Amino acid sequence: MSILVGPDTRLLVQGITGREGEFHSRAMQAYGTQIVAGVTPGKGGQRALDDSVPVYDTVAEAVAQTGANTSCIFVPAGGAPDAVMEAAAAGIGTIFCITEGIPTLDMIAAVEVVRRAGARLIGPNCPGATSPGSAKVGIIPGSVHREGRVGVVSRSGTLTYEAVQAMTDAGVGQSTCVGIGGDPIIGTTFLDVLQLFAADPETDAIVLIGEIGGAAEETAAAWAAEHLADVPKVAFIAGRTAPEGKRMGHAGAIISGGAGTAASKVEALEAAGFRVAGSPTELPGLLRDAGYRG
Amino acid sequence: MKIQEADAKTLLVAQRLPVPDWEVAHTAAEARAAAERILGAGASAVVIKAQVLVGGRGKAGGVKLASSADEAEQIAAAILGMDIKGITVRKVLVAAAADIAREFYMSAVLDRAEQRVLLMGSAEGGVEIEQVAVDHPEAIIRHHADPLLGLLDYQAREFAFAMGLGGHLKAAVAIAKGLVRTMLAYDADLVEINPLAIVRERDASGAEVERLVCLDAKITLDDSALPRHPELEALRDPDEEDPADRQAREAGLTFIKLDGTIGCMVNGAGLAMTTMDLVKRAGGEPANFLDIGGGARADKVAAAMRIILADPKVDAILVNIFGGITRGDEVARGLIEARAVQERDVPMVVRIVGTNAAEAAVLLEQANFATAVSLDDAAEKAVAASRGAAARGAAS
Repeated sequence: MSILVGPDTRLLVQGITGREGEFHSRAMQAYGTQIVAGVTPGKGGQRALDDSVPVYDTVAEAVAQTGANTSCIFVPAGGAPDAVMEAAAAGIGTIFCITEGIPTLDMIAAVEVVRRAGARLIGPNCPGATSPGSAKVGIIPGSVHREGRVGVVSRSGTLTYEAVQAMTDAGVGQSTCVGIGGDPIIGTTFLDVLQLFAADPETDAIVLIGEIGGAAEETAAAWAAEHLADVPKVAFIAGRTAPEGKRMGHAGAIISGGAGTAASKVEALEAAGFRVAGSPTELPGLLRDAGYRG
Repeated sequence: MKIQEADAKTLLVAQRLPVPDWEVAHTAAEARAAAERILGAGASAVVIKAQVLVGGRGKAGGVKLASSADEAEQIAAAILGMDIKGITVRKVLVAAAADIAREFYMSAVLDRAEQRVLLMGSAEGGVEIEQVAVDHPEAIIRHHADPLLGLLDYQAREFAFAMGLGGHLKAAVAIAKGLVRTMLAYDADLVEINPLAIVRERDASGAEVERLVCLDAKITLDDSALPRHPELEALRDPDEEDPADRQAREAGLTFIKLDGTIGCMVNGAGLAMTTMDLVKRAGGEPANFLDIGGGARADKVAAAMRIILADPKVDAILVNIFGGITRGDEVARGLIEARAVQERDVPMVVRIVGTNAAEAAVLLEQANFATAVSLDDAAEKAVAASRGAAARGAAS
């Protein structure tokens, strides 16, 4: 059954008629994702993707007409938070926001509105999620995947492709790969995804790909130590050589205390039973070392 | 984007926060004239503060008091041109020296874990708040603004009382709410007042009164929000922006200069950091972090190459592209264009996988580029190329 995306995904693409929206919608459709609707305000009544997908003016109308349950947002940064809130208000359960460069404070309100609606937001500034062999939502190249039973969660885009390609090349397939996004304020955290994987009977092992900044990796590690004790777990943390203070202000460093550095994350993950790779190419080997036999 | 203290104070005043008057001087003569005006208005001394975007200017001797116009001129002459952590001081702020009764710390910051704006305060002002956080974490008062409603009045009152500012309740509440309002109005990541101070002043009748005022101000702005605040773009200080940083920003690239010798060009921030890490692991030192972003075209790649080569320490370049949105053949064309016009010949190792990698491979082979298949291999080849260049440099 995998998590977040799968055969039951009925996808709506917000911004389907834009350059990026159209390009990636075609790739999603080619991968086997059911795209049931597109939304571009002012283009309602048109059809997209070679006449295969109806376009609506509003998300509410698209949901009423097509039963869409998942949305993928390619709307430019200025309008993306509103697109997220529109999707939540229309009853979309799972919202992927691919857009990057959204003003951070806008997302504080958008994330809260999504939470109150009982919906789930993945992103923004994320590559989406793929359940190999079933469906993909977002921009992860379909070619990197292989069907299997390892759940992958990452804060990055291209680094995720790199890690997943290394797994696929080594014959280690994935149940679902989720990119949660690199922005300071995101809808779904590492911890949230680990909880979903823990409850998924088709996921037998975990790969976590983190990077410097914040403390989300540490939080997820602490939970995994208790709840995923017997599950093979491996991780990679990017930014061991990143200079301090370039991305985080002084006051931000107070909030996270000693957390935020690659060293702190590696230490927390190892203490929680993760094997931490020195290069993405080592991930499949470490999974085997951890007892994964898929 | 960091902005200067004087500009931060201008934003605070626009949001109706109490900030004592100040002037900005670019020369010692201007500082003298400012001091004459301020002393003439009744101040017993002026403070002269270097305007630089790095911390620790007080310790570096960039903040001084003067009690006469002559002294102000001398001090300004000494501070202007001073080097503070690699930044040359080009302007100073001149203000009446405050008669401080008590100092506090107050800031509004983004709390990413709680996904809210966090108001922080401490009764230990004027000192490094990081040190307070380590020594007396309980001395830091924290309140989160509501994600939809902002900081509510009762929160500001609780905060003010907890700070020990009950005697200045109205002013403290206004400042607390003002910090959050300033953050939202300008899309700031950080609005920090250190010190926030109770100062003794004379009122119109000459009687001594106490007033709560913002003596210093530090604001950093969210770069992603600058497009909707075009007026704030003017606050970018060209004197303190490295030419390479400016070129990168104008080309839409994310660039951070480091101290090593291997220039890196990568798509995606996580992969860019990983590439740096693997260069280090292979025994080399990365010269930079450079993310060309998603969907980069040939011209952007050429701009990235110019920026990397402008660093004289760079003696090898590693290009690592995992094409998703970015098309490998576009990157290859950009590399070929850039090499045709570049002034300095530096060995380059190119790895392009993902979208249109096969087309890229043909182009790169025709142009005789050294290529690599795996990420680890690419890092090792780049380090070897750098060592070879260093050895040749030493021999010649």
